[in-house]
Amino acid sequence: MDIQLLGITVLWTFLYGYLIVASVDFGAGFFAFYGKVSKKDHIINHIISRYLSPVWEVTNVFFVFFFVGLVGFYPDAAYYYGTALLIPGSIALILIAVRGSFYAFGNYGSKDNTFYLFLYGSTGLLIPASLSTALTISEGGFLEQKGDSVVFLASKLFTSPYSWSVVLLAIVSVLFISASFLTFYANRAKDEDAREVLRKFSLFWSIPCILASLLVFASLKAHNGRHFDNALDLWWMFGLSFACFLVAVLLILKRKKFGLAFIFVMLQFFFAFFGYGASHLPFILDPFITIHSAITNEVMGTALVIAFIAGLLLLIPSLALLVKLFLFDADYVSGKK
Amino acid sequence: MVLDSVMLSRMLTSMTLGFHIIFATIGVGVPVLISLAEYIGIKRKDAHYILLARRWARGFTITVAVGVVTGTCIGLQLSLLWPSFMRIAGQVISLPLFLETFAFFFEAIFLGIYLYTWDRFKKPIYHWLLSIPVIIGSSASAFFITTVNAFMNTPQGFELKNGAIASIDPIKAMFNPATPSKVFHVLTSAYMTSAFVLAAITAFVLLYGKRTEYHIKALRLTMAAGLIFSLGTAVAGDISAKFLAKAQPEKLAAAEWHFETSKNADLILFGTLDENNEVKNEIRLPGMLSFLAGSSLDTEVIGLDQIPKDEQPPLWIHYLFDLMVTIGMFATFISAVFVFLWKWKGNPFNKPLLWAIVACGPLSILAIEFGWIYAEVGRQPWILRGYMKVAEGATTADNVGLTFIMFLILYIVLGIMTVVVLTRMFRNRPAEEELAKRYPAGF
Repeated sequence: MDIQLLGITVLWTFLYGYLIVASVDFGAGFFAFYGKVSKKDHIINHIISRYLSPVWEVTNVFFVFFFVGLVGFYPDAAYYYGTALLIPGSIALILIAVRGSFYAFGNYGSKDNTFYLFLYGSTGLLIPASLSTALTISEGGFLEQKGDSVVFLASKLFTSPYSWSVVLLAIVSVLFISASFLTFYANRAKDEDAREVLRKFSLFWSIPCILASLLVFASLKAHNGRHFDNALDLWWMFGLSFACFLVAVLLILKRKKFGLAFIFVMLQFFFAFFGYGASHLPFILDPFITIHSAITNEVMGTALVIAFIAGLLLLIPSLALLVKLFLFDADYVSGKK
Repeated sequence: MVLDSVMLSRMLTSMTLGFHIIFATIGVGVPVLISLAEYIGIKRKDAHYILLARRWARGFTITVAVGVVTGTCIGLQLSLLWPSFMRIAGQVISLPLFLETFAFFFEAIFLGIYLYTWDRFKKPIYHWLLSIPVIIGSSASAFFITTVNAFMNTPQGFELKNGAIASIDPIKAMFNPATPSKVFHVLTSAYMTSAFVLAAITAFVLLYGKRTEYHIKALRLTMAAGLIFSLGTAVAGDISAKFLAKAQPEKLAAAEWHFETSKNADLILFGTLDENNEVKNEIRLPGMLSFLAGSSLDTEVIGLDQIPKDEQPPLWIHYLFDLMVTIGMFATFISAVFVFLWKWKGNPFNKPLLWAIVACGPLSILAIEFGWIYAEVGRQPWILRGYMKVAEGATTADNVGLTFIMFLILYIVLGIMTVVVLTRMFRNRPAEEELAKRYPAGF
């Protein structure tokens, strides 16, 4: 594999990692707030808080990692995205800042503050929506080069059916991924009441999740025909994704093997996300940046890949320890530690 | 002053960094003190120190959260506000930026584990061991990000041909001439500032709250650490000045109002400038600038006369430089007095001294701010010294003004909330109550 393809695969894998951990996190915030409003908080909120407390910071790093890597491998991306995304990017940043800090204020400072919970829960749904604009822009058609400067066609983005279908997909996926994870987590904690509430959430969000992905496909056909045709060539990836979805929903429906069900949810998004990514290539930002035109020089690319592997050797055992202590330690999960 | 995209980008970047470095400094320094307290607690079997570590760690989570989110802001703002700069320099600095994220990742994982495993291990020392990776992670991320800033001051490890970058040597770029002195100064001053911030809080409680054994031990620990770290900071500052004299003479010359290249150059303390750039009302230390620059009165110090007019930094950085150094000396002096009285049978807990210690906390934070503004404005007009001026690096997008206002509101809210939440957190749970509850039979 050449360094270009390797670079984007590394980054895409990280973005996938962020997609999963952030979805669980964002959705959990929303469910915690919804639980409070619908007076179910005594059933589900302790489960949510016990999972989130030790990991929320790690979630944030996945995101930072992705954009630092993107700029490193594709310095031109910094230029085009940087110029274009000033407003949407800043809004996303402010939402992330509000969410992260109010999570800490609420969780470590004044517990049970509904306002903090509201800020933290509502931003959880707005962040995926605002971050997804970066993916939408990558399809092309929203940027215009005028001489030396890049112009972002904001009104075009706001009126595009494709853009809104991506936003919709982002939000419902977050809720589905999060609910299916929390169902598994509550089940591990042997907390049947919480599990039943969360199980209903995951079943409820499964249908919109699939419908929204179909909608994205349909509007992609109208927006970027080349990408759509590429995606059709990779139809088996999306087929596998759908099969995984069916298995996951079936397991949750039958109250069997919630852990396995969540793995199938992860696989569902893995196939869809990598199918989408692969069919997007060779463009990073259509038509300005391809993986070939924009990569940083070879020496730096190699240094980055080496740094990445060295970093992973450090991270994987540490992450394993974190997961072991807080996810697979039955006593911690059920609140005995 | 014209409020164009360049100016607004500078203002927004300064504001974000100015806000972030408060939390970043605490984030680098406080883990060291937490770890120190826990270690002493375990070794001496003293519940006071363990509780100290616990309570510091609890407050630390709030500052970490704000540090993380503002750090994310500045990370992305680099590309949002300075896209043309990142297009060029991004190719060279991506390695340290990438490594910084790894270090941050490492810290985040172990901080999460550290905070939630206080009573999970049979041997307390296992829990203490978890603080080591947190310190390594936070100090390493300070190291990597400082190499990026050092690179902007003394760029090397690449060639610029017609606006395109070639022959990149990532390691050479990272270990550029400014790296050692900058990293040393950043780390020691972060440890120092954190020690004085924690000492100031303790001294305030001693003045207005109860005088318990817990608080006395806390003040002794933080002041002793503060003395050691401030001496380290002074050494680092001296090394930095010598480095500047050699590698970035315009920064030192502007800070010292040193207009003409000469040997036996005077050090100017405070003072004012009149319209003809004549120095008034100053305290003049004959020959000391040469001494500062090269440990000898014979050292020739390059003056602003050798720097082209359009490459000279603004002269007001002199005040910041002086304030930073003065605060550093004041804090060192106060901690030395405290340690002296404590070791040689005085009363280090007298009111005036406690007040001075209270002052050291916010003053140290101010010194951090002054030092950074001095370092950053001192390399104006360059964004990449010798290669790219600030105006060439900024975004061409409109709306920077709107973005500035959005972030201004964000930082005001976050700043106020942090103070409110932290104050409530500790006011509602006094240490002695918690001690009695958590360790009823001692440790």
